[in-house]
Amino acid sequence: MPSYVITEKCDSCAGQDKTACMYICPHDLMALKEQVDPITKKVIVNPETNNPVMKAVNQEPVQCWECYSCVKICPQQAISIRCYADFAPLGGEVIPMLGSDSIMWTVKFRNGNIKRFKFPVRTVEAGSVDIFAGVGEAKADISRIKAPGLYTQHANGDPRTAITPA
Amino acid sequence: MEPKVNNWEFCKKPEIVVHETDLLLIGGGMAACGTAYEADRWATPEGLRITMVDKAATDRSGAVAMGLSAINTYLGENSPEDYVRYVRNDLMGITREDLTFDLGRVVDDSVHLFEDWGLPIWKKDEEGKRLDGAQAQREEMPSLRDGGNPVRSGRWQIMINGESYKVIVAEAAKLALENNRKATGVDQNHFERIFIVKLLMDQNDPKKVAGAVGFSVREHKIYIFKCKTALLGTGGCVNVFKTRATAEGQGRAWFPVWNSGSNYAMAAESGAEMTMMENRFVPARFKDGYGPVGAWFLLFKAKATNALGEDYCATNLEESRKLYGKYVDSLGTCMRNHMMMIDMKAGKGPIKIHTDVALQKLSETMSKKEIKHLEAEAWEDFLDMTIAQAGVWAANNMEPEKVPSELMPSEPYLLGSHAGCAGLWTSGPEDFGPDEYSWGYNRMTTVNGLFTAGDGVGASGHKFSSGSHAEGRICGKNMTSYCLDTKGEDVSFSEDHDELAKEIYMPMETFAKYSNYTTDPNINPHYIRPGMMQQRLQKVMDEYVGGVGTWYMTSKSMLEEGFKYLDMVKEDSLHMAAENLHELLRAWENFHRILAGEAHARHIHFREETRYPGYYYRGDFLAIDDENWKCFVNSTYNKETGDWNVFKREYHQLIP
Repeated sequence: MPSYVITEKCDSCAGQDKTACMYICPHDLMALKEQVDPITKKVIVNPETNNPVMKAVNQEPVQCWECYSCVKICPQQAISIRCYADFAPLGGEVIPMLGSDSIMWTVKFRNGNIKRFKFPVRTVEAGSVDIFAGVGEAKADISRIKAPGLYTQHANGDPRTAITPA
Repeated sequence: MEPKVNNWEFCKKPEIVVHETDLLLIGGGMAACGTAYEADRWATPEGLRITMVDKAATDRSGAVAMGLSAINTYLGENSPEDYVRYVRNDLMGITREDLTFDLGRVVDDSVHLFEDWGLPIWKKDEEGKRLDGAQAQREEMPSLRDGGNPVRSGRWQIMINGESYKVIVAEAAKLALENNRKATGVDQNHFERIFIVKLLMDQNDPKKVAGAVGFSVREHKIYIFKCKTALLGTGGCVNVFKTRATAEGQGRAWFPVWNSGSNYAMAAESGAEMTMMENRFVPARFKDGYGPVGAWFLLFKAKATNALGEDYCATNLEESRKLYGKYVDSLGTCMRNHMMMIDMKAGKGPIKIHTDVALQKLSETMSKKEIKHLEAEAWEDFLDMTIAQAGVWAANNMEPEKVPSELMPSEPYLLGSHAGCAGLWTSGPEDFGPDEYSWGYNRMTTVNGLFTAGDGVGASGHKFSSGSHAEGRICGKNMTSYCLDTKGEDVSFSEDHDELAKEIYMPMETFAKYSNYTTDPNINPHYIRPGMMQQRLQKVMDEYVGGVGTWYMTSKSMLEEGFKYLDMVKEDSLHMAAENLHELLRAWENFHRILAGEAHARHIHFREETRYPGYYYRGDFLAIDDENWKCFVNSTYNKETGDWNVFKREYHQLIP
């Protein structure tokens, strides 16, 4: 499959400004599709609105890198990964829980063993980065545009900026 | 077959959006994010507009989308001269030393910025104890810029907690773009989910870039960008060769599966000179999951052996020396592959990496708590960058701290940033290097105004994530310089907007026109669907251009047979059909992938030696031939005739 969506949990990000998995997938794999009952083959409709029920689907599992971007971003924790079945036996699972400064991992083995890990992901809060802090003026010295070195190297007086092969 | 035409008879014509800018950044990975950041500093005060166009969402686009557990290029106490020696050594004696040295003097600056922006970097305390990036921050250890001590996994590599590496780098790039947008008063300068498929050349000067065209994969819209200068920052090429996986595991490419050779194909079509397109990378990795081995070998000191317990790099050394002479002793990445494959072919496999022995040895002098930490470090290496490998182990009940794992050389990939050097021929630094390596603007291709970075720059590998970002920054500054120098020059292309739209949407028209002809739209004599097109390309490349099926072996006769099939692959690509925008994306990725694959085959055909044993072999020229081939192989492509002009360029050694 690689990534799969649990039918009951996916709410198609209704009420949000975008469908999270569809927004983030680097390979354009996640799509909202009408749900068809696998047994009756009938399109499932919402009894209140009479509209077809839309849910996220990995539309091209053979191209999935298992990067877990969709799993990490899903607000409903509706997405998981079933490891590539052409070489991996069933029953293993890796589950991420991404927080604001760290990530928790649960690794479930086929034999039921479980390992848990927690790692930091960032030391500056998302959205609070100041790209102009600590590196001199926001404006580069245009007279140095033909000189070797990058803006912050110039601003910080990096001694390596203009060295040439000895 | 009848040529396909698109007169919008069956498929609806998309809206055409035209956007004008000065600096156009095609791609959103490490290189393009670096370009955006640096360009903002130089270009914004000059009133120049910057626009980034990414085929995905920039937070998770490019090769670093999943994250990384190490930054592989951080010089620190090392000199750029030694960096050149290391890169030259691994690339079998041939590299653009001017480009590599130039990168060596700027790359650390990008790493320092990453740390400023919140990337956790492992540190070593005074007693040599390892702390993760957050612990190091809590204990107020100095940053790298202020002399902090990174945890070196190798001479050039430092360990990070890099799950959010790309998100962090993207945040800075987006802030830079927003700063530029506000200052220049444009409505939008960051476009996601737009796939650029072609460059547009100036109508008065076909050697000058004037814009680019692509389409939205979300709405029925064609996007035409007019620009003064453009960056090609669209990565390497994956899935050009048949994969070892047979079904859904084909997505588990070692390199990002979305890298479709766009950088090489769009450059080739624009007439830009390519270099070293014969080069490829065949990573020897944990079998099937392709998890990273670097930290295991370098940080945890694991050893790999054949089934007899022998170190194949020792037992096969003298035999390998017969063909490869002094290059054997350098033990470059391809040479280690070569010696590993000797044993695999002799039935001495499986080749295993003894992760269990390595960790047990390290544990001998550790407390329980320290052992737990070590185990977490080992798992983080995978969970940060190749989660699927952890999945493969979990599924197989394997704990690497308890059992060894099998290694396997993967299918080939084309790239210029890792342990490979395919790419474009670019101008070198402004202040040193031979004249023939420099034509004005650092990292500009042979097409005026067209720059590239990361996987796009050929003949200079081992840049990795940090180097790709830094190289993008070099472009950002030089693109600004180019814009200022050409101010007032009129740049425009002559292509008719509607004709461009027709060409791009051709696969949509083909599907709409013919799909009803058969009861199954997958099997139809009028067209081929992109998924199948890709399989056909991969099979031809595998069998004739030295893929896994032939143990990476090819020859003049095999290549020439393969060219016949490749020509028909190219002809048939014009008959691809796309049911929807997603499939149109795949169709255009394949146009790019096919041309990148063809460039690879043409270059291998030209270089009559085996420069990279373990990556590929010319069976008719099995040895390294320094007398005739210690040079770059370059080429240009004529898109009108489909002809390749392949030729030699001199290699200059700049560092003793």
